[in-house]
Amino acid sequence: MSSNDVVSEIKRGYIYRLAELGKRIDGRRFDEHRPLIIEKSPISSAEGSARVKLGKTDVLIGIKMEPGEPYPDTPNSGVMTTSAEMGPVASPTFESGPPGEDAIELARVTDRAIREGEVIDLEALCIEPEKKVWIVFIDIHVLDYDGNLFDACQFGALAALSSTIVPAEKFGLGKDFPLKIQHYPVSVTFAKIRDKILCDPGLDEEKIADARITISLDENNNIRAVQKGLRGGFSQEEIKKIINMAVQITPTLRKKILEV
Amino acid sequence: MENIKLIDENGRRVDGRRVDELRPIKIEAGVLKRADGSAYLEWGKNKIIVGVYGPRELHPRHLQDPTKAIVQCRYTMASFSVGERKRPGPDRRSVEISKIISEALENVIFTRQFPRTSIEIYIEVLEANAGTRCAGITAASVALADAGIPMRDLVPACAVGKVDGQIVLDLVKEEDNYGEADIPMAIVPHTGEIVLLQMDGCMTQDEFYKALDMGIKACKQIYNLQKEALKNKYRIAEVEEIDVDEAVAGGEL
Repeated sequence: MSSNDVVSEIKRGYIYRLAELGKRIDGRRFDEHRPLIIEKSPISSAEGSARVKLGKTDVLIGIKMEPGEPYPDTPNSGVMTTSAEMGPVASPTFESGPPGEDAIELARVTDRAIREGEVIDLEALCIEPEKKVWIVFIDIHVLDYDGNLFDACQFGALAALSSTIVPAEKFGLGKDFPLKIQHYPVSVTFAKIRDKILCDPGLDEEKIADARITISLDENNNIRAVQKGLRGGFSQEEIKKIINMAVQITPTLRKKILEV
Repeated sequence: MENIKLIDENGRRVDGRRVDELRPIKIEAGVLKRADGSAYLEWGKNKIIVGVYGPRELHPRHLQDPTKAIVQCRYTMASFSVGERKRPGPDRRSVEISKIISEALENVIFTRQFPRTSIEIYIEVLEANAGTRCAGITAASVALADAGIPMRDLVPACAVGKVDGQIVLDLVKEEDNYGEADIPMAIVPHTGEIVLLQMDGCMTQDEFYKALDMGIKACKQIYNLQKEALKNKYRIAEVEEIDVDEAVAGGEL
């Protein structure tokens, strides 16, 4: 275990005191994300890809597609599957080997935002009912972990999918075509530190957070996915406040993801 | 399948319930001999058994926390608990559920009283019909109390969702599969805090708040059932009063 896993008592106290004054260690407002830089299609061997830098957090998302069998209960739908790699390259506290519970939660929360937000029309990915459909693999590679992987990965998955070209020619299924995007849900994660709620927690903020919540909103501000984490709780009023903050924040982020 | 009607014109659901009605719930505390604490729960067609161990020394030792106990939950579905056989062993879904349940229960456990130890919660889903994570957490907190682990409250849980455009409580399988949204949630009744909250589907903000209200109300109902289960287990059997005169006359004394 690395010492990076621990936030010193002094720093913890400093974050608490700043929060009382409405401030954060990197000078951001409570409702302000770190600078977001999205690079589309950095990987040419993937059908679609995106590299997202959210402050110093750095993730790469690649999309691969191939024909395969549909699930028996959805014979006319394509299949989407999401996985996340959190290897030692991204943090001294990450370990090699099969995905741990953090990586599994990250993949599932990203998957839920994309799936429930109906980003892709899975029925349009049916090649031959009951026999052959497109399988979309969303693979997340965390390169540098500096807090809030949830948002970085969701933005990245959305950007990568919107740059995806379905490789039909490679499989003798006609001409290649761009993957159609139906909706643009955007997820925002908040950390609760004592009684303060701040969006896009950085590494130290995330480490000392009592509770965490990720809200995914579509273009019409409908709620598409929620995931609460850590041992702390939220009151009903806090949930309302968080959703209102998310409503304020998501349009700018969505614009930023789309304009790439 | 899309046109399946889940609520009829009289407002009755597939199993005859009203929109804000829970399925029948039965909780029994202390059902296992070897576990430190346990509970059995039937919630509609869900059948769940929970065993709790601890606080006990945590192995491997490098996982120990010198300041507090580690709360480890493992949620497992039996291979025969669902229609199509589930491959035994942890899948990604159960890993995620185990993680969020551990976090939610840690909220109420006085972990700092037991440094370097682990408190282990084994949730076994024997039969599943939607809402198993909520049923699991409800039973788990009864099992924790049965194990005598100091807690500041129990944690009742329930799911709320949206079916045929209406907000409904405690979804069954058909409603979960063909409904429009599902929100599993758990609260700490004493403080009103929400300690487990997930959502998938599509809801307006107003619907979401309405669902939260409905869920919290139901959690409070379930809370009473949890307390009742513990009282039933630990109620001291009333001592039968004997009439001394009669006993003497009858030759019993």
